[in-house]
Amino acid sequence: MRVPLSWLREYAPVPENATAEDVLATLVKVGLEEEDIHRPTDELSGPIVVGQVLTMEPETHSNGKTVNWCTVRVVPEGQEQTLTGKGIDPSGVQGVICGAHNFTVGDKVVVTLPGAVLPGDFKISARKTYGHTSAGMIASVRELGIGDDHDGILVLSTLGLDPELGSDAMELLGLYDSAAEINVTPDRGYGFSLRGVAREYCHATRSPFTDPVAELAAKVPAANDSGFSVTLADDAPINGREGCTRFVTRVVEGVDATAPTPPWMSSRLRLAGIRSLSLPVDISNYVMLEYGNPIHNYDLDKLQGGITVRRAQQGEKLTTLDDKTRKLDSEDLLITDESGPVGIAGVMGGATTEVSDSTTRILVEAARFDEISIARTARRHKLPSEASKRFERGVDPQVAPVAAQRVVDLLVELAGGTDTGAVTDVDQTVAPESIDLPAGYAEARVGVDYSPETIEHSLGEIGAEVLETADGWTVTPPTWRPDLSDKEDLVEEIARLDGYDKIPDRLPVAPPGRGFTRWQAARRRVANSLAAAGLTEVLSYPFVSQDENDLWGSASEGTTVESVKLANPISEAKPLLRVSILPGLLEVLKRNHSRGFRDLALFESGHVFLPEGYTPDPQPIPPLGERPSEEDLARLNAAIPDQPRKLAAVFTGNDAAAGPWVAPRRLDWQDALDSAMLAADVLGVELTVTQGQHQAFHPGRTATLSTSDGAVIGVAGELHPKLVAAQNLPERTCVMELDLSALIEREIPSVVAESISGYPAATQDVALVVDQDLPAAELLATVESGAGELLESANVFDVYSGTGVEDGKKSVAIAMRFRASDRTLTADEASEARTAAVAAAEAAHGAQLRG
Amino acid sequence: MSEPTSSIEVDPTDEAGVTSAVERALAEIETASDLDELKVVRLAHTGEKSPLALANRKIGGLDKAQKAVAGKLVGQARGRVNKAVAARTSVLEEERDARILVDEAVDVTAATRRRRLGGRHPLTNLMDRIGDVFVGMGWEIADGPELEHEWFNFDSLNFKPDHPARQLQDTFFVDPPSSHLVMRTHTSPVQMRSLLERELPVYVVCPGKTYRTDELDATHTPVFHQVEGLAVDEGLSMADLKGTLTHFARVMFGEEAQIRLRPNYFPFTEPSAELDVWHPTAKGGPRWIEWGGCGMVHPNVLRAAGIDPERYSGFAFGMGIERTLMFRNNVPDMHDMVEGDIRFSEHFGMEI
Repeated sequence: MRVPLSWLREYAPVPENATAEDVLATLVKVGLEEEDIHRPTDELSGPIVVGQVLTMEPETHSNGKTVNWCTVRVVPEGQEQTLTGKGIDPSGVQGVICGAHNFTVGDKVVVTLPGAVLPGDFKISARKTYGHTSAGMIASVRELGIGDDHDGILVLSTLGLDPELGSDAMELLGLYDSAAEINVTPDRGYGFSLRGVAREYCHATRSPFTDPVAELAAKVPAANDSGFSVTLADDAPINGREGCTRFVTRVVEGVDATAPTPPWMSSRLRLAGIRSLSLPVDISNYVMLEYGNPIHNYDLDKLQGGITVRRAQQGEKLTTLDDKTRKLDSEDLLITDESGPVGIAGVMGGATTEVSDSTTRILVEAARFDEISIARTARRHKLPSEASKRFERGVDPQVAPVAAQRVVDLLVELAGGTDTGAVTDVDQTVAPESIDLPAGYAEARVGVDYSPETIEHSLGEIGAEVLETADGWTVTPPTWRPDLSDKEDLVEEIARLDGYDKIPDRLPVAPPGRGFTRWQAARRRVANSLAAAGLTEVLSYPFVSQDENDLWGSASEGTTVESVKLANPISEAKPLLRVSILPGLLEVLKRNHSRGFRDLALFESGHVFLPEGYTPDPQPIPPLGERPSEEDLARLNAAIPDQPRKLAAVFTGNDAAAGPWVAPRRLDWQDALDSAMLAADVLGVELTVTQGQHQAFHPGRTATLSTSDGAVIGVAGELHPKLVAAQNLPERTCVMELDLSALIEREIPSVVAESISGYPAATQDVALVVDQDLPAAELLATVESGAGELLESANVFDVYSGTGVEDGKKSVAIAMRFRASDRTLTADEASEARTAAVAAAEAAHGAQLRG
Repeated sequence: MSEPTSSIEVDPTDEAGVTSAVERALAEIETASDLDELKVVRLAHTGEKSPLALANRKIGGLDKAQKAVAGKLVGQARGRVNKAVAARTSVLEEERDARILVDEAVDVTAATRRRRLGGRHPLTNLMDRIGDVFVGMGWEIADGPELEHEWFNFDSLNFKPDHPARQLQDTFFVDPPSSHLVMRTHTSPVQMRSLLERELPVYVVCPGKTYRTDELDATHTPVFHQVEGLAVDEGLSMADLKGTLTHFARVMFGEEAQIRLRPNYFPFTEPSAELDVWHPTAKGGPRWIEWGGCGMVHPNVLRAAGIDPERYSGFAFGMGIERTLMFRNNVPDMHDMVEGDIRFSEHFGMEI
């Protein structure tokens, strides 16, 4: 809402020297947030004065253009120029060249004198042109920044003006005024009116407010038999709420629809962001801004019969004021006459009954329509209008007759109309329900000791009726505050008017907490460990394509992976939610690579969205303000797809930059595997690595990761070279992805300590020749179980095939360390254990001890 | 060094000869300049073929009287030589050790990093930090799904079905809309989940990812992060809210930080307020900065969780993590936070 300061001053004690900034600073205290400032003088400055054309001589020049060489008097007859400055003639008569032809000698016009600056940093000076010295300019509305019309210069008589020569045209055109733009919250519909903002301004400055509506209400005539026929016939109220609860009409005759809009009105409309169109339209907009009630004017001669307000019927259409033909929905509330629809109630009028230049009889409508009905219709037809914006937030049901009166007054005063005295007022409004406010309630909720006087005064100021009761107050909110329905709403009003700055600080003491949950601590530990291990955490968007989900969400090719699809994605190319973090993470890898970073180890931990097995819930959403039953809650939760957290990492380039003592090593599949193992180690979970297959991975360099209960929870390895080439990834990019949720679920709950033996260890190495395709991990497991209880640890330290090893075989070297808890092992004991391990390997895999 | 003099034969009874052999030996030992030279000298003067060893061997053939004298003479002579060798050895060993240390010296300033530190993303790190602040106050951290049922995201939080606020949210809806699923537009649904799942009193914060259909620009991103705080207990008031926020602001922005509340509207709180923080070290000078929204939990929200609003009251607050990071750590552009450029995360490292 843009609030012209001159207008606000009519209703609130805004100091003469207050700027728009000052007004915003005041209003923000009561919750009207500052948005912007609109001030013509920011780009416009004088001298800009009223002048009269004394002579005009058309001259046709060699370029074929005819211009007028004019003299204009810019001081009153018989007086001399008091302004001084280069190019300003002391005689008070300026010679100017003017390209326009829409004026004659004697017309009063706006003259921008040398020294003036017009919008666009257009500086006026005396300059040679067309063989004359043109000392100023006769201005058009567009040059002044007050309109679009550039067909000619502004002739002041067309605005109904006959000002004194030499007077300040900026003053005359309202250009010294400025507007403070505020952001009106959705609950505060009355903030979309000068009346409402003025009241808030008074609250903010703690000054009494005089309601202009109350004053004018006294002179509104009662409805009478000569009133225009109006029938409210809503046979399908939404949520049981009648679409229209108030409909006031007035009839004004003898209107000159072409009469000019006075500058004071058009300048305020302009500052409020509304274009001046024609006097009747301008008046209705002006009154809407002033009192907050949207107004519609009909050409009475084009209406056929009385008005009926009803819901649309199947197949009905209406051409609206913007010349678009709209198919109506049965939920749309319509204004109809005997011809059918003539307007979409509260949203936009119809073309057939629009007021035109030839209109002389006007039917003025000031109505109140239901918030929800209007909101739905405005959205359905994508027609957010100034009117719908107000109705959606709630219009004061008692302001309609007063607003209609104001329109009538202005049509009479400015458009030469006559009030016929025909008044219709269909009133189905109900008074606001009163609210009980217990004594002490506001104090308890806000933490400030309000006196009863403060409470009564504050509520009185907002326009509520306050009655003292035995244990508090009964408060009837004002009709313009439909948002006040509970005692908490009253508490906010009391706190707001008294000032939020009066609320003290008090730090509440929470009961002893349990700290981070296992999940939260685990998540953080994993992320910190990976970062400490040299990986960089990044975040990527979860929006992906079907192809991406099909690639990363399934090990085998040709599967369509079930995905969550957004109805309104940011990009149509990526309308799905990810089932894997990798597509986003690889994008980030590529971005960094293209920015010149070749050595990259990145990770991300985030949710993926797995719709498999969830049951969408088509049932209506449970209502507001009550706890759903346990079954309903279970149903709601079952209708939400599974969203486990995954951890992914990607690698390319080297592990370190080359240095005098550092030989860089290429990051490979093992780094990917290592990062996954590290995450598991951090949580004390043992992962089993098996040779794996995945369509995105190198068929020989893929590790499948599973937990001891057999659940596959991740994959790590080198990407398939074809994929790397197709996706333009750095060569030999390696990745891993783990189901972090599944991993954390398996985190060991608590560690049982092992006793530590102080006796010396005995080490034994063996090299076993086995079939090439036997996984080393299997051989190691056999060796570990065969070696018996004395084995402390065993690990593969070399795998060899080639000279000395039979074709199709490989030699796996394993280092074993033995130790007893109660004695020093003898050489024989260690040898025996080693022999047992070799025997087990021979039995299980046909392993032969290598030479 | 002169040629070894070990070929000179020594008579074990010739005191002058023995002495002279000793002196020759001592002189050569003294001039040995490294351990290798000393080894040669040592072998020459103490080895089996050395004059003194040979002289010693001759003692066996002497008569008894001569034997004793010669034994003493040669024994002492060999003792002196051995002692001199030992002394020179330790000197030369020390010299060698010192030289090795000098030879092994490196220019430590030329060292590069063998293993570099990666980095946490500042947004996740900041959320962790916020979690620490509240856990320190006895609060707990709550989580909830990012893909939510509309009831949790809107209705349970007192957003009426046709309320304009519900439209203002620029919500990502899941196809088909009849599934009633949305990407949560705020972390507030976790409020409701916490109230439904936990015993009262509840003091929780919920940091997390949120979604709105904004195009990415310098100050907007469709995927962003918030932290939501919720306390429901008996007797809580706006003063408790203000005290909590003041404490939080001071931990985040320094002891001089202050907060200011301005009336505002949110469907899920009443009274509601916009929260500004006085940022004493803001770039461009201390000033008020819009930080988030807050208020007293609306009774309809409590009722939706089956809590009696006559007995319990609560407060809630929420702020954007990106916005907090922007003005707390002077991040000028949202792009830096979402593009994943490693320079951004690595500049922060493990710090925030």
